[in-house]
Amino acid sequence: MLTLIAKRAVLGVFTLWLVSVLVFAGTEILPGDVAGAILGQSATPESLARLRAELGLDVPALQRYAEWLTGFVQGDMGRSMASGQPVADLLWPRFWNTMALAAYAGAIAVPLAVGLGITAAALRGGIFDRVSNVAALAFVSLPEYFLGLLLVLWLSVKTGWLPSLADTYDGMGLAAWFRATTLPMLVLVMVTTAQILRMTRTTVLGVMDQPYVETAFLKGLRNGRVVLRHATPNAAAPIVNVVSFNIAYLITGVVLVEAVFNYNGLGRFMVDAVSRRDLPLVQAAAMIFGGVYVFLNMVADIAAIALNPRLRHPRGKEA
Amino acid sequence: MTALTTRAASVPLTGWIGMALIALNLFLFLFGPMLAPYGQEEIVGVPFDVPQPGHPLGFDQNGRDMLSRLLYGARTSIGISLAAVCLSFAIGVPLGILAAIRGGWMDLVLSRLVDTVMSIPVLISALVVLQALGSSLPVLIVTIACLDSTRVFRLARLVAQGINVMEYAEVARLRGEGLIWMIRREILPNVMPPLVAEFGMRFCFTFLFVAGLSFLGLGVQPPFADWGGMVRDNQQGILYGLYAPLFPAAAIALVTIGVNLTVDWMLSGRTTVQGDNR
Repeated sequence: MLTLIAKRAVLGVFTLWLVSVLVFAGTEILPGDVAGAILGQSATPESLARLRAELGLDVPALQRYAEWLTGFVQGDMGRSMASGQPVADLLWPRFWNTMALAAYAGAIAVPLAVGLGITAAALRGGIFDRVSNVAALAFVSLPEYFLGLLLVLWLSVKTGWLPSLADTYDGMGLAAWFRATTLPMLVLVMVTTAQILRMTRTTVLGVMDQPYVETAFLKGLRNGRVVLRHATPNAAAPIVNVVSFNIAYLITGVVLVEAVFNYNGLGRFMVDAVSRRDLPLVQAAAMIFGGVYVFLNMVADIAAIALNPRLRHPRGKEA
Repeated sequence: MTALTTRAASVPLTGWIGMALIALNLFLFLFGPMLAPYGQEEIVGVPFDVPQPGHPLGFDQNGRDMLSRLLYGARTSIGISLAAVCLSFAIGVPLGILAAIRGGWMDLVLSRLVDTVMSIPVLISALVVLQALGSSLPVLIVTIACLDSTRVFRLARLVAQGINVMEYAEVARLRGEGLIWMIRREILPNVMPPLVAEFGMRFCFTFLFVAGLSFLGLGVQPPFADWGGMVRDNQQGILYGLYAPLFPAAAIALVTIGVNLTVDWMLSGRTTVQGDNR
C-alpha cells in the first residue's frame, strides 16, 4: 500500500508540472499580445519593442519558462505588471483569506451533507428522501450569485442582521470576521451540501444493491444497522472522493461568491488580474488554484487507497 | 405507440415542469428579441425605477426596459451556450469514439492530454485563456467548447469502449466492415442515450459557466444584453432593496432547473426500472 501511495504522490508532482506547462503555454504562447494590450491605442512599433524588452518577452519562450518555473519553485513569482509589486506579497494574504472562507464553509457543509445523504439513502423513497432530493436539485441548479443576492436581500437589506459585503481587514476580531463572512459561507454551504448530498445518496444506494446487503436484510437486521454497518463503510472511499471533488469545487466556486460579496480573496484577485491582463498575477494565481486542485485530488486518491480493505491487504499479485 | 403513451403517463410532475421550462426557454431563444417592446440599448426611463404599466419588470441601472433586455439576453445567453456545447460534442464525440476503436498511441496521447487539461479547474483554465486572448464571442465559444470537450471525450470513449467489445461489434469487424460503418452503424446508435443525457448536463454546466463569466465581467461584453452581465450591472440595486438583479438571475436559474429536472427524470427513470427488474 505504501508503494501505491508513493506512486500516487509522484504522479501528483508530475501532474503539477504538467499544469505549470499548460499555464505557461496558455498565458504566453497563445497569440495574444500582452505588450499591445497594455499600450492599446497609443502603440507604435518602437514603444511595443521597448515594452517587450522591458517585460522580457523578447527572450525565447523555453528560456522564459525555465526562469519562471525556477523562480516559482523558490517562491519568487515575479512582479505585477501594473503596480510593480512582488506578486507573492499580493497573492499570499488573499490566498489565506480564500482558504479561511473555504474551510469555514467546508467544516459545516461536509458533515451536514454526508449525514443527510446517508439518511436520505436509508429512508429511500420516503418523504425525507424526496424532499431532500428536490431541495438539493434546486440548490444545485441555482447560480451562486442568485442565492447570494437573495440572502443579501433577506438577511441584510430587509432585516439588517448581517453585513451585505464581506469586508475583512487585518487585525479584525474573530467575532467580527465570522459575522462578515457568514453570508458568503452560507451560499457556499448551500451549494456544496446539495452536491455532496446527491452524490453520497447515489453512492450509498449503489452499495445497497449489492448481494451482501441483501443478505444482511435477509438475516433480519434492521434498516438503520444495515446502512450504518454494512453499506456506509464500503461507500466510504467513494464518499471521500465525492467530498474532495466538492472541496475542489469550493475552491473555484469561491470565485463567484467572492465577487458577489466583494470578499478580498484569491478569486477576486485573479479576476481583477485577468481584466487588467496582468500576466504574472494570472500565472501565479492559476498555478496556486491548479496546485490546490491537484493536491486535493491526490489526497482523495490516497484516502481511497487507505480506506479500501482490498488495497490495504493485497492478496498476492492481482491486487 | 402504446410504449410512448405509457411512457408519457409515467412522467412525474417534476419531469413535466422541466420540459415546460425548456420549451419556454427555447421559445424565448427563438423569438425573444422579436417580442421585446423596446431596444436593448434604448433608454426609456429613470435608472432603477420600479415596475409600472408598460414596464412590468421596471428599469435597469441605465434606465433601460428590464423586460426587453431580458428578452434580448435570452438569445445571447442561450445561444452562446448552445453553440459551445454543440461544438464541444462535435470535437469530443468523434475523437472519443475513434480513441476507443483505434486504441494504441492515439488513445494514449489523447487520454493523457485530456487528463492533464482536466486536472485544472475549468474556470481557472478559461481565465488563463481569456487573459491571453481577451473576451469576444468567438473566443468565448471556442474556449469553453475546447475545455468542455475533454469531459465529452471521456464519456464517449468510455461508452464506446464498452460497445466495441460487444459480440455484435465483434461480428461486424469479422464481416470486414470499415471504420466509418463501425462508427455509424454499430457504435453511434448505442452511445446515443448516455450522450443525450450528457448533452443536457453539459448544457446546464456551460450555461451557468457563461453566465458566471459574464457576471465576473469577463464573458459577453456590451452592447450585447446577456443575463449574467445583467446581474452584474444591476447588482448594486439589491442594496436598496430592489429586485432588479434578481430578474436575470432568476431567468438563469429557471433554465438550469428546467434542464436538471428533465435530465434527472430521464436518468432516474432508467435506474429504477433496472432496479425493479432485478
